[in-house]
Amino acid sequence: MNTVVGVKKEKAALAKVNKRTKHSLQSSLWWMYLPALALVVFFILYPFLNGLKISLTNWNGFSQTFDFVGLKQYSRLFKDPDTWLVVKNTLLYGLGSTLFQNIIGLLYALLLNQSIKLRGLTRTIIYLPVIISPLIMGYIWYFFFAYQGGALNDILTAMGMEKINALANPEVNTWLIVFVNTYQFVGVAMIIYLAGLQSISKDYYEAAQLDGASAFNQFKNITLPLLMPSITINIVINVIGGLKLFDVIVSLTGGGPGNASQSMSTFMYDLYFNRQDAGYAATEGVLMALIILIISLSALLFFKRKEVEA
Amino acid sequence: MEKTNRKPKLFLSVIALIIALYHLVPFYILLTTAFKAKGDFSSKWIFPKQFSFDNFREAWEMANLGQSLWNTVIITFFSAGLLIILGSLAAYPLARRTTKANKLVYVFFIAVMVIPPLTALVPLYQLVVDIGMMNTRTIAVLNNVAAYLPLAIFLYAGFIRSTIPKELEEAAKMDGANTLSIFFRVVFPLLKPVTASILIISCVYIWNDYQFAIFFLQAEEVKTITVALSSFFGQNTSNLNLVAAAAIMAVAPMVILFLLLQKHFIQGLASGSVKG
Repeated sequence: MNTVVGVKKEKAALAKVNKRTKHSLQSSLWWMYLPALALVVFFILYPFLNGLKISLTNWNGFSQTFDFVGLKQYSRLFKDPDTWLVVKNTLLYGLGSTLFQNIIGLLYALLLNQSIKLRGLTRTIIYLPVIISPLIMGYIWYFFFAYQGGALNDILTAMGMEKINALANPEVNTWLIVFVNTYQFVGVAMIIYLAGLQSISKDYYEAAQLDGASAFNQFKNITLPLLMPSITINIVINVIGGLKLFDVIVSLTGGGPGNASQSMSTFMYDLYFNRQDAGYAATEGVLMALIILIISLSALLFFKRKEVEA
Repeated sequence: MEKTNRKPKLFLSVIALIIALYHLVPFYILLTTAFKAKGDFSSKWIFPKQFSFDNFREAWEMANLGQSLWNTVIITFFSAGLLIILGSLAAYPLARRTTKANKLVYVFFIAVMVIPPLTALVPLYQLVVDIGMMNTRTIAVLNNVAAYLPLAIFLYAGFIRSTIPKELEEAAKMDGANTLSIFFRVVFPLLKPVTASILIISCVYIWNDYQFAIFFLQAEEVKTITVALSSFFGQNTSNLNLVAAAAIMAVAPMVILFLLLQKHFIQGLASGSVKG
């Protein structure tokens, strides 16, 4: 009898202790994330929301007074031919770089996944530009493309041809920006594809070889489907990176000639600091956030679905 | 089998060599340009007969590289340190205490990752002016920390969920006055691999940052290396040899670190980009 009571008491006490620790383990420890939350709210969320407000005004960026003009800046945005030029460039930078980085990055990965000579060194060299500031990478390529004393024109002159001013030519300079951005970040795509390739079991290929499948068919039916997760990651990060492009444009063309190679981010900078058009710049910022959001989310969803199917 | 493989292997090695050389072209041009004396307009494809280090000396002084390198070091150091401390602290409860509030806060951090901070440039600039922090290294640190905290928290939380045993916190009684010290003595050391990744990601991004720096660090005494270089370029467009020398000195620290710690760099940066 006594022992039963004892056990019961013990159990009750234990339950009490358990309840207490369980309860305390459930406590949210909110103070641990408070500093981080405060910083992000203050420096990202608050400005973002405030930007929505400024986009409804005609504020010039420095005066104390301004008027709320409703959606006027937005209707101006849609009528402004510069908007479409800049959006077109931004899409070229985002989608063009993504296309090239992925095709070339995948080819590099396929090559450097073979056991060939100079494999490690080549990987290092391809990856090196990733850690260099995009602004400075732009200057480095500027030495190549510059009209006056650029390496490209040195070759053309030596071959008796006329010098070209590629960076000032609006027909080609946007593509040169895509080219430099691709050159700089193709290493990221390569590394992610290499990791993807190495995670594919050799058994699949052995079985396919026994069935007499051609190299191309092996690539199409084994490599590509199993690489889908890597493709998703690469596409999403390259699209976001390309749509935000800023530094390389500053150092290669400065957005010129005129607005010809301007992206949304350099254009926004220009509107705010050089044209005192803060309300309009904020509107441009809202549009840019929307475009990045829509494109990156649809890319994510589209390729995620492919992954499931594969 | 081996023999038939050799020829295509050799062919592939040659292709790899060509690709490597192509990727080195801009760096080669950078070197030949930087070592040519002022006014030497010979082809950029050949090195000068006499290597001139004058460009480096002159660029170092004219572009104020010493001061701007120091500013960059300070900003990178404090930003990365704060990111590690605040990020790991924040991720712990978000990964382990799944109360409703915590879930919401976590979703908020992830959602913020989608907003490029630059799209809020106008109001952010205004905010910085209002709180009187224009042209201070502090604002560069705070901006960078806020920009990369969501990513740091995301990486830390994922790591904590997948690798830190739950029993640990039960044993260590993570509640009460000494939670902080237990966190830093027991949990934090176990986060070393992900801390290394975050450290590398944030150092590379923050060291190379131009978008924030150009807006908030315009004064000579707070300029970072990228801002110093862009204004130096603006003054010397007709003297690219000087700019090339400055560019080499600007990228040298990061390039040397990369070559020394290559594996960690590639691993760290890859894990950071896998946030999608």
